[in-house]
Amino acid sequence: MSRVEPPTLEVVDLVKHFHVGSQLFGGGGTVHAIDGVSFSIAPGELLGLVGESGSGKSTVANCVIRLLEPTEGSIRLKGRDITHLSRRELRPLRSAMHMVFQDPYSSLNPRMTCGQIVGEPLRVQKLARGKNLDQKVVDLFDRVGLRAELRFRYPHELSGGQRQRVGLARALSVSPTLLVADEPVSALDVSVQAAILNLLRDLQRDMGFSCLFITHDLATVEYLCDRVAVMYLGKIVELATTRDLFAGPKHPYTQALLSAALVPDPEVQRKRTRVILQGDIPSPLAPPSGCRFRTRCPLEHESAPASTEEDPPLIDVGGGHLVACHLVRRGRDAPKLVDTAELTA
Amino acid sequence: MRDLSVRFDTDDGTVHAVDGLSFTLDEGQVLGVVGESGCGKSVSVMALLRLLPPTAHVTGSAEFDAVDLLSAPLSHVRRVRGREIAFVFQEPMTSLNPAFRVGNQIGEVLRRHLGLSRGDARRRAVELLDLVRIPAPDRRVDEYPHQLSGGMRQRVMIAMALACDPKVLIADEPTTALDVTIQSGILDLLRDIRERLGTSIILITHNLGVVADIADRVIVMYAGRKAEEAPVHELFARPEHPYTIGLLGAVPRPGGADKQGRLQEIPGRVPSLAQLPSACAFAPRCPRADDLSRSQVPDLREVRQDHLVACFHPGVEWDGG
Repeated sequence: MSRVEPPTLEVVDLVKHFHVGSQLFGGGGTVHAIDGVSFSIAPGELLGLVGESGSGKSTVANCVIRLLEPTEGSIRLKGRDITHLSRRELRPLRSAMHMVFQDPYSSLNPRMTCGQIVGEPLRVQKLARGKNLDQKVVDLFDRVGLRAELRFRYPHELSGGQRQRVGLARALSVSPTLLVADEPVSALDVSVQAAILNLLRDLQRDMGFSCLFITHDLATVEYLCDRVAVMYLGKIVELATTRDLFAGPKHPYTQALLSAALVPDPEVQRKRTRVILQGDIPSPLAPPSGCRFRTRCPLEHESAPASTEEDPPLIDVGGGHLVACHLVRRGRDAPKLVDTAELTA
Repeated sequence: MRDLSVRFDTDDGTVHAVDGLSFTLDEGQVLGVVGESGCGKSVSVMALLRLLPPTAHVTGSAEFDAVDLLSAPLSHVRRVRGREIAFVFQEPMTSLNPAFRVGNQIGEVLRRHLGLSRGDARRRAVELLDLVRIPAPDRRVDEYPHQLSGGMRQRVMIAMALACDPKVLIADEPTTALDVTIQSGILDLLRDIRERLGTSIILITHNLGVVADIADRVIVMYAGRKAEEAPVHELFARPEHPYTIGLLGAVPRPGGADKQGRLQEIPGRVPSLAQLPSACAFAPRCPRADDLSRSQVPDLREVRQDHLVACFHPGVEWDGG
């Protein structure tokens, strides 16, 4: 990794708003799906993007891969601005970034054989044809741990785990520099999840691609990722290396999230303190003024009135640990909601 | 519940969804039933409440308050269902009727089972919403399900289940569709209900974290059979069935920051229930399998007090995969 090499992905102040409802009759509104998200992914790095439903994490993925056009902000892939490229201009770049979707049942074309599905990106990008293409498909099947005969089968004949392997093989067929994985294991059984996570990690080490890994499951992120960004209601509230974030979460939301994660060990789990957040995530149609977390924040009384008036910026509090909270400054932490030693038990 | 078996006759042959399952549930106990999709965990409780379609062949017995629910007349089961044994489904979005106000849906249960008047039913519905800690219950009672969030809907479902003060609450994946921070709130609520009302709870889940959090006893199911049963601390500390051991090793643990360590994989996949062999169903995926386990079905054996394992070669060491 040389110093002059640009990050694989650089996202700056990304904003995506959706207009909903009819404006004609004075109704409708704007969904603030993402409101100013910035991060970058270094070559070969795995960045985890964590958040609950409605936090905007999938919208980020869709913007990055340019299935959506951002409202504002910029996205750079290996230094090149792709924010507003047309579909035609994007086509040659499609082999540099690929996506694995959550649902292995609906994201594979049921009318193509698995071999055709995996080979399609190579064929479309004119990287291989004929015998050569078939050989590459066989190699890819081998790489993701599928028997080569399965390439003549249709997706419905495969199990969920096998289908997700097909999805991975397809995404990796063109050796992308960036893989975007949106909840790739959430729909799978536990024992199958483990296999897919192991596979993803092995492939990443062999092939060295960068990865934006989107999930709601903190344990998965800890297992897989180098750095983690936590999203809440369209904004990143905390971004740090996996080690720092899990050892010393600073934002009250991150603390609550970590305390709520269930540990599969009754001895540990039953002794944990948990932070119960009041209420639900507010509607992105009308996000709260000021700090977006304030309506559920257990420390709201301490940060008011600043939190009602001003949205806290994401600032570096030391060592590349970014936090967006009025109570956190360099050298000053927010009050601990839980004993962090408990979190790393 | 004794020796429950459920078979479905399908075009592809007979499917043995549940095969010889027995368990007991004590008063005030939380029983966790764990397993992956298709292991028969949901079907067994559906059978218990006689909710399966007529194509299902159910055998065995399920004694509840000295009456066998599986052979009792349906009219009796209907009285028990909802009143003594209540059910919370996985999907709070689809199991509430979108066209009725929340209060009316809870009230319906009260009027049907307890014969309350409209006014009384409404007052009781408000109380119940308050019990499940829904803020401003007197306002929420007149809202429609779509106006509530997922977590709130699940609370409404629980309120509905608790309407008649049941002895047993069966919760099928009650937190699966919910976010982490909402999930822990629902688990706290279940714990609270057990403590305050003394309700027994059967909790069906695939999430070992949920079981570790709340269950007293755990049954691990695999391919329609019980693989292991033990008190929760015993099961997590000394699992003996290779499937349980594999399952525990497959879950990434928060705080288990050893990034070099790989997750344990269980090779292969869950067998088709249509062609279950007369052998240990886990044998094809098991590192301990031998000729014995490939030719006979293992019986449940007590390896330690109150700890049952259906395996010819039980033991706490993980030895492969």
